[in-house]
Amino acid sequence: MKGRQINYDTNDKSIAEYISEREPSFRICIECGCCSSTCTTGNFTRFSLRELQILLKRGENESVREVIGKCMLCGKCTLACPRGVNTRNVILLAREAFQKRIKNAV
Amino acid sequence: MEAAGQLARADYIVTLLEKESVTGGHVKDWYHLFPDRRDSREVINYLEQQVEHKNVSLRTGITVENLRKNSGSFLIKTSDGGEIKSDAVIVATGFDMFRSERKEEYGYGIYDNVITSADLEAMFRKNEVRRHNGDIPATIGFIHCVGSRDEKVGNVYCSKLCCVTAVKQAMEVKKHIPGARVFCFYMDMRMGGAMYEELYKESQENYGINYIRGKLSEVAENINNKLVVKVEDTLAGRPLRMELDMLVLMAGMEMSRSGLNLAKSSGLQTGENRFFAPADHHFGSNKSKMEGVFYAGACTAPMNITETISHARAAVADVIDYFRNMKS
Repeated sequence: MKGRQINYDTNDKSIAEYISEREPSFRICIECGCCSSTCTTGNFTRFSLRELQILLKRGENESVREVIGKCMLCGKCTLACPRGVNTRNVILLAREAFQKRIKNAV
Repeated sequence: MEAAGQLARADYIVTLLEKESVTGGHVKDWYHLFPDRRDSREVINYLEQQVEHKNVSLRTGITVENLRKNSGSFLIKTSDGGEIKSDAVIVATGFDMFRSERKEEYGYGIYDNVITSADLEAMFRKNEVRRHNGDIPATIGFIHCVGSRDEKVGNVYCSKLCCVTAVKQAMEVKKHIPGARVFCFYMDMRMGGAMYEELYKESQENYGINYIRGKLSEVAENINNKLVVKVEDTLAGRPLRMELDMLVLMAGMEMSRSGLNLAKSSGLQTGENRFFAPADHHFGSNKSKMEGVFYAGACTAPMNITETISHARAAVADVIDYFRNMKS
């Protein structure tokens, strides 16, 4: 069984880097959770946009890939974000990165 | 120094006692200041100009042995065996940095590449941010709240400036070593000052500083001479492990030893945080409970430079008021 510990040094941060280069606002998230609280998907299923962003930054890509298809791209999160993170684009770029780097993903 | 200069210009005669051989306190050891990254030497120059006045006599290398009130005036016994008589006293004994070796689990004084925020300032000044063996560090971690918000060391309070100092230093590290990867390990980001939040955002946006919410429990060194940190990444809800080349401890502020000695010898009251207790938190932050004794700056609580200078000026207003009431 995979341990719970995040091994930062061996984890692959390329997905986060891919997003960060194309959507720099990805870097300024302060993990307040406003996006998750307004998210319709998150209110009915186990899907947290806040958690998803931190997991990408830590290179915990698999757990993100498993859930990222749940987002309906409504964009409410982007409207709610106090720091102006384009969260909708973060999702789109994450999907794009997964598609490019991992076969048959998303 | 600010208070001395202001009083001198208001025609009062001031004796300024400094325990060190030169004035300037901690600030003279620092490099660039937040929020605008001004060189600390500018502040030192400004303060030196303030006390260059015929009404100020500066005496360095002198500590106060005893402070006694005697029918409305004060007798101050100094370490050189002398005695000074004054009508009012401003205590400006400042703060000491938390001695980071007290947090033994963080390895300061044990592992060569664990340094303090003050050590890093000295490295910036020398333009040499290096590991102990001379190598350029590629991964650098900052540990917030070292000696603050920590009952185990007896400091419940927040030192207030370490968060923004870490943000400033993290960016400074990136300026010195553009390729470095920098991580701040924090409990809360307390950015409650002018331009602090903007600085925090800038550090994320333009410098790519990584923030990990979690308090480090302990540091170990591995066989490759790397520092292994383990924290709970509380926002991911998972434990996290990482190796670092250098670790910077954001040492908090404590009541200075000389302040504590003065409190003991003079009977001036201290609060639960061991800093001098002001007469009133709202209306008397410069007043002590001993009439005629006033406080200026970080001897009453952690303060930044702007606040210290404002507090010193406010002390001057209280002193002038005190003299005016005495006459009438």
